[in-house]
Amino acid sequence: MPDTMPSYVDSYVYLFGVLTLASFFWIIISGVILVIFGPDWWHVSAVGHFFNSTHFWSVQAFFFFMVLHLWAQFLMAAWRGGRHWTWIGGWMLFLLSILAGFTGYLSQNNFDAQWVGTQGKDAMNSVGVGGFFNLLNFGQMYGLHVFLLPMLILFLIGVHLFLVRKHGVVEPLPLDDGYDKENRRPTGSPVPEGESRP
Amino acid sequence: MTYPNAQYRQIPYDLVRELTLATVGVGVAVLVLAAVFSTPDVPALSAKQVVQQDPLLLVQTELNDLSGQSALATYGPPYNHGTDSVQAIGGFSPQAWSGVQIPIDPAYTEVIHPLERMKWIDPALNGILATWNHASESQQSTWVDNVQHVLPRAAVVGGKLILPAAAHGSYGPVVALTNDYLALANSGLLEAAIDGEQGASPIINRTKSLLLLQGAADSTYAQKLNMLGENWGVIKETGNYPGAVWLWYYTLLYQIPPYNTSSAADLLVVLTVVIVTGLLALTPFIPGLRSIPRWVGVYKFIWRRHYRELRSGGNPYETRE
Repeated sequence: MPDTMPSYVDSYVYLFGVLTLASFFWIIISGVILVIFGPDWWHVSAVGHFFNSTHFWSVQAFFFFMVLHLWAQFLMAAWRGGRHWTWIGGWMLFLLSILAGFTGYLSQNNFDAQWVGTQGKDAMNSVGVGGFFNLLNFGQMYGLHVFLLPMLILFLIGVHLFLVRKHGVVEPLPLDDGYDKENRRPTGSPVPEGESRP
Repeated sequence: MTYPNAQYRQIPYDLVRELTLATVGVGVAVLVLAAVFSTPDVPALSAKQVVQQDPLLLVQTELNDLSGQSALATYGPPYNHGTDSVQAIGGFSPQAWSGVQIPIDPAYTEVIHPLERMKWIDPALNGILATWNHASESQQSTWVDNVQHVLPRAAVVGGKLILPAAAHGSYGPVVALTNDYLALANSGLLEAAIDGEQGASPIINRTKSLLLLQGAADSTYAQKLNMLGENWGVIKETGNYPGAVWLWYYTLLYQIPPYNTSSAADLLVVLTVVIVTGLLALTPFIPGLRSIPRWVGVYKFIWRRHYRELRSGGNPYETRE
């Protein structure tokens, strides 16, 4: 566990990632409760409906912070210094999260699910995957939503955090747009002993 | 272990405190939002609802399926060999290549088959279905056409289809079939009769019954709820709730040319989204695209304290042993 961070990380922009993680935590907690009581529960119970609402607003918070995190990382060009897999992994997480949100939407067993399923199937069919990834098959959507996709997201979050830890937080862009490519660091920054390249 | 950015001056960092505060903060926010705003839950549209509110709409749906004129009957893969909904860009048509994977013959799947399941309860259906099943296709079409022709002057009274008088036999068994179909819908069992082919196992795949109402019935209901495509309904929930707003880019494409006028709109939109997403994910390797952050310059604001320190002659770097 890190107990220090570079001084340039002292900015609120770095909170978007941890806020995304916190939202994911609440998605999992509320989702597990909904799974335990079954997919019908929230339609017939006020308590169930409240947990469904918690799940829904956690998802809204999750995407809100994740999109801010994504924009912030883009505007900081955070893929620099060998961090391209962190960036690509982040995109994979974003896409998997969209799929998870979509399968959740389709698992609602209400008109929202019915309408989006019947409308969205045409897009799936148009690219030839509708027969396999069938938006109108509740069992398939629910299974993907409550198990496979969360597991994949959890795994990729683990990889993402490992990469962030391995590479460290991306360093500030050089102000003069000059980059000391030879030493692979902003122009003017000191080169530790033994790292200087001939 | 030395991290790549250990060369910078370090400040204390309490990760546990940050995680705890974020989790508690977000938790309180979502609990408050859930308590104050709740979530929408408009029940799915059922055949029972349709038959009670607009029975002729269900009759029309049934007749279109029986005559092979419904959107589903002419859809194409993955449901059947129709061509109306098959999308292609030039010779590129993954939909056509994918073939029929969920076979659906609407006349049988959506109408005759569920009625056949009811003949154990209503033996009179045996004769009605036998008349239909033993007739030639052209005879079946003639019966349905005759009914559809007078449908604008028809009514449903007491659950029965009332048609203008016509020559004996010109409607064949269609009126009787329709009356039983309306009764089945009215009982609330139509969807189960369509989907539940696997004996006593629970119905967890409602593809076929959802496709029954996918046309006019769903659209009419969606229109009342402001859920149509032009209202960007597919990215919002019923009511004034945010839905999948993160799909704004995907939905935006449907609103603009050339997508909104193309017969292969879905295919074009999906391909565009896949290409754009691929480019964004590969930003680190794409000259120009990866330089945008430098041109935009927001990073100067984000790291302003760091740069201020540099300009004032300070040293935000330090070499660690």
